[in-house]
Amino acid sequence: MSEAGATKKFLYINRKAPYGTIYAWESLEVVLIGAAFEQDVSLLFMDDGVYQLIKGMDTKGIGMKNFSATYSALGDYDVNKIYVDKDALAERGLTLEDLQHLVWEDENEDWAEKDSIRLVSRDEIAGLLEEQDVIFNF
Amino acid sequence: MLHIVNKSPFTTTSLESCLRVSKPGATILLIEDGVYGALDGSRVSDAVRAALADRTVCVLGVDAAARGVEGKVLDGIDVVDYDGFVDLVAANDGVQSWL
Amino acid sequence: MKFGIMVNEGPYTHQASDSAYFFTKAALDKGHEIFRVFFYHDGVQNGTDFTTPPQDDRNVVKRWSELAQEHDLDLVLCVAAAQRRGLVDEDEQKRHGKDGHNVAPGFRISGLGQLIEAGIQADRLVVFGD
Repeated sequence: MSEAGATKKFLYINRKAPYGTIYAWESLEVVLIGAAFEQDVSLLFMDDGVYQLIKGMDTKGIGMKNFSATYSALGDYDVNKIYVDKDALAERGLTLEDLQHLVWEDENEDWAEKDSIRLVSRDEIAGLLEEQDVIFNF
Repeated sequence: MLHIVNKSPFTTTSLESCLRVSKPGATILLIEDGVYGALDGSRVSDAVRAALADRTVCVLGVDAAARGVEGKVLDGIDVVDYDGFVDLVAANDGVQSWL
Repeated sequence: MKFGIMVNEGPYTHQASDSAYFFTKAALDKGHEIFRVFFYHDGVQNGTDFTTPPQDDRNVVKRWSELAQEHDLDLVLCVAAAQRRGLVDEDEQKRHGKDGHNVAPGFRISGLGQLIEAGIQADRLVVFGD
């Protein structure tokens, strides 16, 4: 929690795959706007939401904007707690290596580059949900 | 914490995910097509019955009635109306909708 | 208690808007405050004045408008989502040179910041969607 008592813990939960529906993209728009409000923000990718973070997307053939790069910009918006359900990855035959390498720079440690993605278990997710003030679902 | 599930468990993983990460003491409210998860004799009945051991499970009665399944709701599941829905939101610190 | 409501689907295809409406109404009847109802994704379609549902069906849009009038509700359509989906108020009509405007009474178009503010100000945020 930061100094202002008004700071709330915001969690954005993404459980849907990209492109088939607009939820992934419009969810990112909320996260980007929300970053300006300086709340304590986390993102959680569960179920098909983990497909949003796969690297190497190429949307030219479907005429849609490729918003992959936006995820890697989140660190610049101080959005650096990106939780990924490790079971969801495993049951889809994915590993961390299949996802974009998302990083942020820690100003308290001479701008050291740190990983934003944290793989979490079901128990950790349960704890994460319980500690939030506001949960947005997409 | 209040978990709201509005999807049939035979179409999406919403109920499954909710059951997987909800904590003992949590309340799960089944609304809209989520009410199909509250019924006896289905593939998911055992999982829901197991959750009743340490969590409260509620179903929005008007949604179950609209679908003709109010009489099939598992024993131990509370049937609530919209007033009860509001009370559940007010009584729980957090709300998570499993869309 | 102060509630924020988020509606992520349009009327008729999904039950989300109906559920949100009945929840909002019940909360108001019980004496709670609704800080704001924010319509996002296809949810902005709940604010179009151009719907004419059959007489024997509920009028989802009008029902929201009437509830807003009765309780001085703040019904906000996300501007980015609205522009994509053809929801236009008088200002937007002028700005983009459209033939008409279709935002129903009681609704207003504004930014996503209004959703974040609802999250900050309300004691509970309840999301209805698909």
